[in-house]
Amino acid sequence: MIAHADLEAELPYLQRYALAQLRDRDAANEIVQETVLAALESGDSFSGKSSLRTWLTSILRFKLIDRLRRKGREVLFDSLEDESDDSDFDGLFSQDGHWQNKIKAWSGPEESLMSRQFWEVFERCSQVMPRRTAMAFVMREVMGLEIAEICNNLDITATNCSVLLYRARMSLRECFEIRWAGEARA
Amino acid sequence: MKINCRQASRLISHGLDQPLSQWDYLRLRVHLWMCGNCRQFSRQLQIVQQSARKAGRGE
Repeated sequence: MIAHADLEAELPYLQRYALAQLRDRDAANEIVQETVLAALESGDSFSGKSSLRTWLTSILRFKLIDRLRRKGREVLFDSLEDESDDSDFDGLFSQDGHWQNKIKAWSGPEESLMSRQFWEVFERCSQVMPRRTAMAFVMREVMGLEIAEICNNLDITATNCSVLLYRARMSLRECFEIRWAGEARA
Repeated sequence: MKINCRQASRLISHGLDQPLSQWDYLRLRVHLWMCGNCRQFSRQLQIVQQSARKAGRGE
């Protein structure tokens, strides 16, 4: 038996996860509800070997991928043009392509801490990321989909996909850095 | 043969998604061997990737 209070405590995590992929609050709430219902129905199959969160997340992830596959191609009206090159990172490099500033090691964060803070950093950072860029990152790194499936879903070439992921990683790296730098000062 | 940091950063990202060609792999290794900034950058992209994956598994 799963205690309802324990389940409720995981709702914010599930909602963040769903929102990152769907970028629509209603759709996210709906799929979280479905996840919770499915969890309650099959509560006996929760062995307690993994944490409740890990178990719930695996149900949600399954539902998100299922939805993605059934829905087919994402219809995005934003033009790919702004996302198809990486010129917005020009400022990081000198004319001859070397880093402008020294890249300092992240000494602060423990690895376990990073995963806990991932959503927080991602949410803030993805607000300034183009939609497709953020979606490609979530599909690839959070949900663990293969490149071919991401290309197909976003209707882009493998080269485009590779640029989107590069852009997302560059942005996130900077966001994490700001986060840790802030922590070091605090 | 020689690549700059910007090209290296693209290869590092690309290598997280699929194996690099032998040629690109070699060029990147040589660059990383010489460039501390890119080694650091590479480590940081790995941390970002690991934290996203852990979050994705609800760990």
